[in-house]
Amino acid sequence: MSEPPPSPSPFPLGFAERAPSLSQWEREGGAQRRKGEGQPHKRRALPVNVAMWLLGLFAVAPLLWMVSVSLMQPGEAAHFPPPLVPHHPTIQNYVTLFTTTDMARFFLNSLILATLATVISTTFNVMAGYAFAKLEFRGREALFRWLLAALVIPAQVAMIPLFLICKELGLVNSYAGVLAPSIATVFGIFLVRQYALAIPDELIEAARIDGAGEWRIFAAIVLPSLTPILVTLATFAFLASWSDFLWPLIILNDTDMQTLPVALANLSREHVQDFELMMAGAVVTLAPVLLLFLALQRYYLGGLLAGSVKG
Amino acid sequence: MKRAWAIAVALLLGSCARGDGRVTLTVWAMGAEGAAIGQLIPAFEAANPGIRVEVEQLPFAEAHQKLLTGFAGDSLPDMAQLGNSWLPEFAALGALEPLDARVAATPGLDRADYFEGIRDSNVIGGRLYGVPWYVDTRLLFYRRDILARAGFDRPPTTWAEWRRQMVAIKKLVGPGRHAVLFPLNEYEPLEVLGLQQAEPMVTADGHGNFESAGFERALAFYLGTIRSGLAPAIANTEIANVWDQFDRGEFSFYITGPWQLGEFARRIPAARQDEWATAPMPGPDGPGASNAGGSSLVVFRKSGRKDAAWKLIEYLSRPAVELRFHRLTGDLPPRKSAWRAPELAGDPRARAFAEQLERVKPTPKVPEWEAIATMMRTVTEAAAHDAMPVAAVAAEIDRRADAILAKRRWMLGREARAASQSPSPFRRFAPPSLSRWEREGARSAQPSGKGEGDRLLAKESAS
Amino acid sequence: MNRERAAWGFVAPALVALTAFFFLPIVAALLLSFTDFDLYALADLGNLRFVGLDNYLTLLRTPLFWKALGNTVEFVALGVPLSIATSLGAALLINSKLARFKGLFRTVFFAPVVTTLVAVAVIWRYLFNTQYGLINWALGAVGLGPVDWLGDPHWAMPAIVLFAVWKNFGYNMIILLAGLQTIPDELYEAARIDGAGPLAQFRHVTLPALAPVMLVVSILTMAAYFQLFAEPYVMTQGGPVESTTSILYLMFVQGFQFWNLGFATAVAFVLFAILFVLTLVQLRVVRRWSDR
Repeated sequence: MSEPPPSPSPFPLGFAERAPSLSQWEREGGAQRRKGEGQPHKRRALPVNVAMWLLGLFAVAPLLWMVSVSLMQPGEAAHFPPPLVPHHPTIQNYVTLFTTTDMARFFLNSLILATLATVISTTFNVMAGYAFAKLEFRGREALFRWLLAALVIPAQVAMIPLFLICKELGLVNSYAGVLAPSIATVFGIFLVRQYALAIPDELIEAARIDGAGEWRIFAAIVLPSLTPILVTLATFAFLASWSDFLWPLIILNDTDMQTLPVALANLSREHVQDFELMMAGAVVTLAPVLLLFLALQRYYLGGLLAGSVKG
Repeated sequence: MKRAWAIAVALLLGSCARGDGRVTLTVWAMGAEGAAIGQLIPAFEAANPGIRVEVEQLPFAEAHQKLLTGFAGDSLPDMAQLGNSWLPEFAALGALEPLDARVAATPGLDRADYFEGIRDSNVIGGRLYGVPWYVDTRLLFYRRDILARAGFDRPPTTWAEWRRQMVAIKKLVGPGRHAVLFPLNEYEPLEVLGLQQAEPMVTADGHGNFESAGFERALAFYLGTIRSGLAPAIANTEIANVWDQFDRGEFSFYITGPWQLGEFARRIPAARQDEWATAPMPGPDGPGASNAGGSSLVVFRKSGRKDAAWKLIEYLSRPAVELRFHRLTGDLPPRKSAWRAPELAGDPRARAFAEQLERVKPTPKVPEWEAIATMMRTVTEAAAHDAMPVAAVAAEIDRRADAILAKRRWMLGREARAASQSPSPFRRFAPPSLSRWEREGARSAQPSGKGEGDRLLAKESAS
Repeated sequence: MNRERAAWGFVAPALVALTAFFFLPIVAALLLSFTDFDLYALADLGNLRFVGLDNYLTLLRTPLFWKALGNTVEFVALGVPLSIATSLGAALLINSKLARFKGLFRTVFFAPVVTTLVAVAVIWRYLFNTQYGLINWALGAVGLGPVDWLGDPHWAMPAIVLFAVWKNFGYNMIILLAGLQTIPDELYEAARIDGAGPLAQFRHVTLPALAPVMLVVSILTMAAYFQLFAEPYVMTQGGPVESTTSILYLMFVQGFQFWNLGFATAVAFVLFAILFVLTLVQLRVVRRWSDR
């Protein structure tokens, strides 16, 4: 007998208010197996599963093809009909990529920047999100509403003046310049606040009565209970920073400071005909992101759901 | 605490620089030239042990944006290769260092040794901002054999002759083929025809001059050629392989530049290499002018290593080094002494370029020229497909050019007002950069550095 | 109050950063849009002129702006329904009791969302290659002629739509999936007892229950798709013949290639205004729906 589902609601509820939906259908799947499916359903199972496989193929084929082409001999992919699998797989393209272009350098740049962005933005977002949730200060609600309103504004609007501001501050062509817009994000603060609201007030009050300072409460009580959302935030931040393209393109002028996406875009315009080399570059760019996602999908998807509620 | 850090860092950096006592010169170069310059550097560094050169290669498609962003963000290098059609823009920004004094003090840079039109393209507001590094211009590449079959033994020297030859060729090759290729998405052919006129296309006071008799004549010739079917009404993106189609006789005249010398030599089958030749542009009443294109070497005003930069420029301007550069890239040298080398003097196809280079004019020296030329192309592209009278097309181009130049006229007017007012303590902060180039005014056309852009297009469409 | 001071201490770094690097630039952008900031002004701020609403008026008279607007609307009109339909389909499939390997497929469907746009744009550029691309090969296998996806002005935007749908459908799928899971089984049971087949169940149980979520999803997707930029930038550079120039792409070209910052920021704010109005309209529709 499966558990009764939560009360029907038109909007997915916040993270804190019910168990993450991921486990729900996992439970349901188990219940289904326990119930034992009836015969009439078997007929419809085939089209459903075929459809899933087809859609899955659509989703993943480009990525598989990318890996396949990256292992082909140079020039092999430019044939008709296009080959799907390399005849004689080779890692030559990766060798060429790392020896003739500064790929290792770009990878390192992206890694450093993404890590820094993750650490910095997670720190500040968690602090601010907790404050908006649990700490009283004047104008808190109004300020938060303003922040939410800002979510509607496309980030590109700010980019042009932001460039000029960074120029005045001497941040052009520097790591600091790249990191500036990602120091704190409204989405991150919002996410943390949602989650932090669920922390029982009594816990915090009790600690205050015991004489603990606000920072100690934060470190000892709040942070541990926010750990899942911290991981979510960190995952979001890392993925966003790794894939960020336009801002690093604008703010970084030195070629050897470029991040992977910018470098890949430049390379792809120079090496228009080198399919295999470009696919190797794409693999290098995508591998960390996909691996991170595979490892931390629970947190990523859970956070996405929690964030999909917009007040 | 922060002060201690700053001192420590300064000491560290300072010691690094002082450590090997050398000056590091940063250079930005584009495309194939960027690769080639790297091969010329070691000899320079050997002769100048105190200077180390760092070359950064930029793809042509992004160079302009990167230069502007570098200017905006104060991160420009010491010197760069700059297409001479970009010189007015960067001079207007106040980004370039005037080089007159340095040139005068360097005996090796003899003014008479440079093609005058090319040198002129580097002079803005009466001051020299670049040293020509390589040149290009546009002239006729033509099918000598088809021309002969049509009854002509010489390439045209006047428009009338050219038109006669085109008509005869069209009759010869029949429907589906044409006499000449004027790609609709390129403004260079019309720009060259416009440059051949006596009247400038932009006046000194910042107005478009496209309704002049000369430009209307050029426009009539250009549009007439396309509308009468002598040229196909297509863009260059619709040309699958320009060399193939030239070889098959789908068109017999093609206006293009020196980079095509190598391409034609390579891509047309060896057996038929005799079929093509080059000739200087025909003009309205005799041999005509063409655009003064190419790239110059410039020094940026904010550089702290101008002396070192100048040494490199002087080195790269030596005829022997220019010849080496020519062998590496196929680019044509700007110095007549370099042209005396047998590989250039003995090549009749290259000689046509030498002849044309004696008759080149810069495109209008206003930063807005590229926007105006692009607009001109848009208007003529539309007009090629319809029957709007030439005068009306010229009027439309003129009207839009005036709109593009509005800000420039405002600034010129402001300069004039400032000059006429008596000096006052509040005038101390009057804008400086304008008066230099605006006094020069717009005149003869400036070679469109678009040559590089087209070469990139040609290379991309070739592969 | 010590607690209030501590609270500010927590919020201050984020607020300072947001103000300096987000809100301040937004205000500056608005001010810039009332000036004729261009290359001359970049050289010397004395060349700046206050021009009031001139940029906006010029914008409305610029054919390229209307073309960009049309392109963006085309992208939204094609992309949003296609994207949501695909997401809904994927969500239904995963939610279906008949589906196996749900966990695997959920990951597979979502994977494109986390990929770096530039990298997958490079891949798709080759997939769309007229001669050697997989897509034309697949079309050829079913007898359809090769399409010059990225070179033909009529097909360039549909190509970008296809790419965007591929990249994004997983995102909405997750949200729709959560919505689907809130629908109690009993409702389906009741419908089945009443003799409703799967299609009727979809129409009378699923859709009505899902309607509010669908509306939220479509608002979000529409807002996101109006901000189309990276795909044309990487794949087509706004071409061919400006058929994939979106509003933000126009803003980028004007702002960072020509440094017409006054004009570019005006474009950005026009986009923002459009988004704002659209969101308000849709919210009103949502409100009227839920009042029913």
